[in-house]
Amino acid sequence: MATDQYVHPDYYNMDEMLTEEHKLIRESARNWIKKEVSPIIEDYYERAEFPNQVIKGLGEIGAFGPYIPAEYGGPELDQISYGLIMQELERCDSGLRSTASVQSSLVMYPIWRYGSEEQKQKWLPKMATGEAIGCFGLTEPDHGSNPGGMITNFKDMGDHYLLNGAKMWISNAPIADVAVVWAKNEEGRIWGLLVEKGMEGFSAPEMHGKHSLRASITGELIFDNVKVPKENLMPGRSGLGAPLSCLDSARFGIAWGALGAAMDCYDSALRYSLERTQFDVPIASFQLTQKKLAEMITEITKAQLLTLRLGQMRNEGKATSAQISMAKRNNVEIALKIAREARQIHGAMGITNEYSIMRHMANLESVVTYEGTHDIHLLITGMDITGIPAFKREL
Amino acid sequence: MKILVCISKSPDTTSKIAFTDGNTKFDENGVQYIVNPYDEWYALVRGLELKEAHGGTVTTITVGTAADDPTIRKALAIGADDAVRIDAEAKDAYFVAKQISEYAKDQGYDLILTGKETIDYNGSQVGGMVAADLDLPFLSLASKLDVDGSSATLELDITGGTKVVKADLPAVVSCAKGMAEQRIPNMRGIMAARTKPLNVVAPAGVEELTSFTSYSMPDAKSECKYVDPDNMDELVQLLHNEAKAI
Repeated sequence: MATDQYVHPDYYNMDEMLTEEHKLIRESARNWIKKEVSPIIEDYYERAEFPNQVIKGLGEIGAFGPYIPAEYGGPELDQISYGLIMQELERCDSGLRSTASVQSSLVMYPIWRYGSEEQKQKWLPKMATGEAIGCFGLTEPDHGSNPGGMITNFKDMGDHYLLNGAKMWISNAPIADVAVVWAKNEEGRIWGLLVEKGMEGFSAPEMHGKHSLRASITGELIFDNVKVPKENLMPGRSGLGAPLSCLDSARFGIAWGALGAAMDCYDSALRYSLERTQFDVPIASFQLTQKKLAEMITEITKAQLLTLRLGQMRNEGKATSAQISMAKRNNVEIALKIAREARQIHGAMGITNEYSIMRHMANLESVVTYEGTHDIHLLITGMDITGIPAFKREL
Repeated sequence: MKILVCISKSPDTTSKIAFTDGNTKFDENGVQYIVNPYDEWYALVRGLELKEAHGGTVTTITVGTAADDPTIRKALAIGADDAVRIDAEAKDAYFVAKQISEYAKDQGYDLILTGKETIDYNGSQVGGMVAADLDLPFLSLASKLDVDGSSATLELDITGGTKVVKADLPAVVSCAKGMAEQRIPNMRGIMAARTKPLNVVAPAGVEELTSFTSYSMPDAKSECKYVDPDNMDELVQLLHNEAKAI
């Protein structure tokens, strides 16, 4: 891959709305990525391997649980800082951001919010540094958009719980030290259990054959009569709302992250169009190229405004799930469109690993589906404005 | 070991350079400032390495206004213990150097480190002036610096080779490429920087010796002309009549 020359587009001077600390956090993440990840990401993507050596660095730049309080080893940053870090990570690769999103929002977040004090002390400090890695088991082979239909379940055996079932499409699963697993008890109520690597009957085989998120590791979680100690149940909250609150946090990070991928595609396309000449002039001088670039920066600017405002509301604890859905859906959609247009501007070079465009495009095909599909997010908005859920119906 | 590192800000290398007020003032609109790379990557990081090896403290000093605070916080995030800002606009090398030497003269620093130059005006003057004012040895453009007790051993890049120099401490050293490797501030450092002391000190009464009359941009790049290798007559004609090189 060519030298990483990324400079973030900021058409509406959004940086003026950030604090100096926000900018330092972003700059540090970007410099670390340019030094440690950009030179290797294409190679790992092609080989479909996760670069384990970046885990420590991700911890050092604060990518694991940025908003976790200092008493549990976290940096105690605000939501905009979390968003900016996710944006920088996905600017490089959605798989890299996925690893950090899962660790932060889907594992550290529920342990912090719903875990016991012992669970927090045991896991959060180690996860903030990357010494321990976590994964999140909600989706099942037959229950994706409808997680409430899950069949994974646990029975109270007196001195322990007995867990059975299977989860699928689980980021980080094969390398995880702990899995936050959502399962139904005998009354059909959903609870979160911390299932630890090495527990008898628990396995996490890697899933292969992905054409997307190839630099992120994905697996299944299989529970065959796993004896889970009773102290591993997260006592703070039960019901579907518990895992959905984690998804709010993750989707917020994705809204920032996908925008980062879009910004990278635009930045690369703008630079390429000014350097590439055809008919003795830069291709940036052609109206059709300018149309593409102008539409890209317009969509990026709109998404930046949406995302920053969402961050402000989330800092104040006011952002609703539906507002987060809108940002996730919009930003992934514009990122996909921008990736496609940027690929065209790069001509044939756009399909090669000299540029990040095609990798972003393939990655975003996962991002548009996971953490609530594109269509489901639209239905969430529809439900929010009409008051009528359109997810399920009697047929 | 007490180390003082001189830190200044400079425009990000991707900044668009323009001037205002009839070309007498640098246009700061939209310009992002960074820590001058020679100060950050080489002087500060080597200072921190020496502190880690020998113990002591690293203090940064900046002559500037509150607009310099973000770059000072970055230096603290990288690892400096505390920072001093002389509260005055830095316009002239003598003014800046004199402010630093006035502050440093009673503080007992073993080493004063600067970058070899600042990448905006590239003056490369402050270190030498500070050393002269404090009557200390000045070693410029050092690419390596080691300290043993009360003396320092330095390597200086010279044409075609390297010069090794020894100097008694205290001394002033200007640091060039090779001295250390860039350190990216980690989250622990950024968090710690929030509460590290940044002491704002009133400037000493010093006269500026120079001022800028006007700025001008270099000529725009002219178009490249290609000449057929077999057409020497055209090449000579162009060099003579257009480029006026022969």
